[in-house]
Amino acid sequence: MSAPLLELEKATIRFGGLTAVSELSLSIGENELIGLIGPNGAGKTTAFNMITGVYRPTSGHIRLAGKDTLGIKPNKLAAAGIARTFQNIRLFGSLSVLDNIRVAARLHNGEGYFSALWRGKGWKKSEAETEKNALELLEIFDLANQRDELATSLPYGDQRRLEIVRALATKPKLLLLDEPAAGMNPSEKDDLMRLIRFVQERYQLSVLLVEHDMKVVMGICQRIAVLEYGIKIAEGTPKEIQCHPKVIEAYLGAAAV
Amino acid sequence: MPLSGAKRWLLLGIAIAILASYFTPHFNRYYLGIVIDVGIAIILATSLNLINGHTGQFSLGHAGFMAVGGYFSAWLTLSAGATANSLWFFPLVLIAGGLLSAFVGLCVGIPSLRLRGDYLAIVTLGFGEIIRVVAQNTEAVGAASGLKGIPKLTTLGWTFGFAAITIYAITALVNSTYGRGFIAVHDDEIAAESNGVNTTRTKVTAFVTGAFFAGIAGGLWAHHKQFLSPTGFDWIKSIEIVVMVILGGMGRTVGVIAAAIILTVLPEFLRDFSEYRMIIYALLIIVLMLLRPAGLFSFNFKRRSQS
Repeated sequence: MSAPLLELEKATIRFGGLTAVSELSLSIGENELIGLIGPNGAGKTTAFNMITGVYRPTSGHIRLAGKDTLGIKPNKLAAAGIARTFQNIRLFGSLSVLDNIRVAARLHNGEGYFSALWRGKGWKKSEAETEKNALELLEIFDLANQRDELATSLPYGDQRRLEIVRALATKPKLLLLDEPAAGMNPSEKDDLMRLIRFVQERYQLSVLLVEHDMKVVMGICQRIAVLEYGIKIAEGTPKEIQCHPKVIEAYLGAAAV
Repeated sequence: MPLSGAKRWLLLGIAIAILASYFTPHFNRYYLGIVIDVGIAIILATSLNLINGHTGQFSLGHAGFMAVGGYFSAWLTLSAGATANSLWFFPLVLIAGGLLSAFVGLCVGIPSLRLRGDYLAIVTLGFGEIIRVVAQNTEAVGAASGLKGIPKLTTLGWTFGFAAITIYAITALVNSTYGRGFIAVHDDEIAAESNGVNTTRTKVTAFVTGAFFAGIAGGLWAHHKQFLSPTGFDWIKSIEIVVMVILGGMGRTVGVIAAAIILTVLPEFLRDFSEYRMIIYALLIIVLMLLRPAGLFSFNFKRRSQS
């Protein structure tokens, strides 16, 4: 078997005396949709930050397609194919919807400082192409009509969607979604589930999903890993996780088992 | 495209500047002097706007870069002797001053732009003071008594020609997919980085570009005033430029140009009340900041939603 797309091997991170994530091992294959759940403060977002290079693991390894990512900066990892969204939406607030996508498309349009200054033929062509691609992407996700609106003036659900579209514009192999359903109502959550499935199938990428909403996680993930206090306590299919005694204990307390 | 035919505007601006400079002998010299001051202020404010406005870094070192460019180009002119009178000598000297300033910007920027927010302000403030103290103690550039007898090479044409180039360059950069990176860094560094923007490099690029144009402004200034004194480049000068950027509305080119014009002309109008001049100046800034906190020219088209 070839190396998995992403592999965490005993990844550990400590902040002073606190071990936020302890010896987390997890592997994500191509085209897999994996959920990462756990109670508040279990270290899910910290795990995300390690994978995307924001934090450097204290020990252990993280490999992307077999290559160690230790010490590689987030922007380089984005170029290597890891894209993410954020728990608290982080759009570029003073840029339009279209420009938010253009920022992410910078990775692939090859434009440089002097070509932007000179504005020659090649620049015009690449600029037109970038805009066309960005618009196509917005069209697919039904955001093209709002192209010129400020990103932060969109309704909440659209902002979440735009963040996912922006991540897709970097042409990732692995998409990390950090609580995409947070703050959504049930019908928005259904839309989101469809959206995630659609994205994964259409762009043939792997998704790692951090989510509190069990309906969403159980509904779409092929495999689920459960974290508690930084330690992985269970991993398996949604069915296995649902009746796993350790998981029930973590969420409901020992008496519920 | 918001800026199609931008190069045509640039050429038009330069043409007007050259044309206007043919009539300068007929102008009142006092007013001409102020108009050139305005042009230099436009270059300074527009270039600082790239760093402090568009990219959202807080630099307080613009006077320092101005000093580097000013002293270097003045020194070149003084060393050149008679060749200084040929037409193309002056712009080359200005560009040389700008390049040295950009290089210094690179040396200061690489270590300090890893820092965030307030730290950068302190580092650049310190840098400005270092430049001033170095100038004050270097005999070759007149030390504390200043550099005298610089030929008057700055004309209306050169000043506004370079102002047009500065405005064009900053606007062209920011209004490209490449340049959207500056604004992305301003809005959210973490999101920018996770979308593939090299934030440190973007910040250094903005800083070096700003320093380049500040160096050119310094050269124009030197050959306009014909006298350079280290005290002219202290931190108050940097603050003046920062005020122009804030008053004009961070990241809004038109507003920043307007603020540069107003804040350069205003003190001249207030000369009659010389004793109260600085008080009125300060009060005006406070009032403007209270009435238009997002800058002189912030209209609804860029209003952010309440969150």
